[in-house]
Amino acid sequence: MSGYVSGILAQLAINIVIAYSVFLPAAAGLLNLGAAGFVLIGGYVAGALTLKAGVPLFVAIPLAGLAAGLVAFLVSFPILRTRGVYMVLATFAFAEIVGGVLINIPALGGAAGLSVTAYAGLPVVFSVTVLVVAFVSWLLATRFGLAMRAVHDDENVALLFGVNLRLTQVFAFTIGGALGGIGGALLVHQFNFIDVQTTGVMFSIFVLLYVLMGGTQTAWGPVAGALFFTLAPEGLRRAADLAPALKFLESSRYIVFGVAVVLVMMWRPEGLVTRTLVDRIRRA
Amino acid sequence: MLDLENVSKSFGGLKVIDQVSFTVRAGSRTALIGPNGAGKTTVFNLISGAYAVDQGTIRLEGGDITALPARLRIRQGIARSFQNVRLMPHLSTLENVMLGEHWRSSPFALTRSRDAVRAAEAALADAGLGTYPGQVVSTLPYGIQKRIEVVRALAAGPRLLMLDEPAAGLNTAETTELRALLERASAQGITLLVVEHDMNFVRRLCDHVVVLNFGRKIFEGTPGAVHADPGVREAYLGAQAA
Repeated sequence: MSGYVSGILAQLAINIVIAYSVFLPAAAGLLNLGAAGFVLIGGYVAGALTLKAGVPLFVAIPLAGLAAGLVAFLVSFPILRTRGVYMVLATFAFAEIVGGVLINIPALGGAAGLSVTAYAGLPVVFSVTVLVVAFVSWLLATRFGLAMRAVHDDENVALLFGVNLRLTQVFAFTIGGALGGIGGALLVHQFNFIDVQTTGVMFSIFVLLYVLMGGTQTAWGPVAGALFFTLAPEGLRRAADLAPALKFLESSRYIVFGVAVVLVMMWRPEGLVTRTLVDRIRRA
Repeated sequence: MLDLENVSKSFGGLKVIDQVSFTVRAGSRTALIGPNGAGKTTVFNLISGAYAVDQGTIRLEGGDITALPARLRIRQGIARSFQNVRLMPHLSTLENVMLGEHWRSSPFALTRSRDAVRAAEAALADAGLGTYPGQVVSTLPYGIQKRIEVVRALAAGPRLLMLDEPAAGLNTAETTELRALLERASAQGITLLVVEHDMNFVRRLCDHVVVLNFGRKIFEGTPGAVHADPGVREAYLGAQAA
């Protein structure tokens, strides 16, 4: 496998893990524009552990998830007091604060970022991704998953049927944060570098788009969204390289990609993968 | 079983429930009727805890539940349906029914476990809805959704089942099936409190009727007595009784 292909596949797998960090809160009716914050926490914690403490990667990855999950748990209480667009702003502000703190820690590289030597590689990244997909699928199939989806659909009715709204949303947010941390740990050890700039505002927006475009109704939604957002721009670039008639894509592939995003959203406003679609495929 | 004592509720300056008192006897089938805007659904929301009571007391089997959080009332045996269908649109029929008994399940029990699926399937089959278990409910016809709501409430294992216009939008056959389902539930000892405009449905199902008008109780008695009362006829039944 060429370095180019393995790089794309690793990026895709990491994007899937990070997408779940936004998917889980979204499945419980929470919009999270702070994915970058949890990715940064996980990335820096894991990077510091392997680089400075010599902790093995397979230990650093779950510890990064724990650290990001703990922070998510703590910030969930003030964040869950907000609603709608204010929650989007609160989570966005959280990510900005995390970035602002990390950029001011010289021991972690400051503005220059953190370079690490430990390398994850495609097998590790893929294994963790498979575990994360399996975990999220299991979680959605539990009563807790049912409660999350019920809260998403109608929190007042869910409440009357005994669902603990606050607990459900806190745990969805916390587990999502932990998955963002694991994604950050994979990111820093796959590309041997992390800094605040590359996981900025646009990063969080793209992760949210993976989820909204993929769909929040099934565990396959974030996979579909991450696939689309990771592979479509690369596909357009390759098309420009391979076909002279598509040479214009070299300079305008992001315009075409943007149009494609709008069209897909118009075609599938509830996301690429919905419950109805999955049921139809199962019956077929 | 259920006692409302001088219960009042206002929204801003508008008093929508004014000193309402009535008792729902254990095992009875009580109807709450009245014209639109009489406050019937508000009473349901107060009993189920969706709204906080401003004044008065609500007791369930002698215990004061006035300030009990809405989430915990289902543990006391109160389950309800809604005037407009409020199923979880993205969940399957089975999952919606499972939500009914969610409060007594372990959070990490699998929804696809054989016992959970069988229990929900049996509840659906009992209501004549056995052919729809895996379908996402938003794809089903209104009448079917309306009955699934009742099944979901029954799945909670309630002692008091509150149904807000359960027959609205149902055709004659569906209404008959619904009534049979509720009669079976009643025979099992479940107390019914029903808001309904279909007086034929009320007469056939219920043994006690409470009438509200402008947020006040204006009458209560048997369906026959309610039908014969001039005040009720003037306020609500006039057109139907004529």
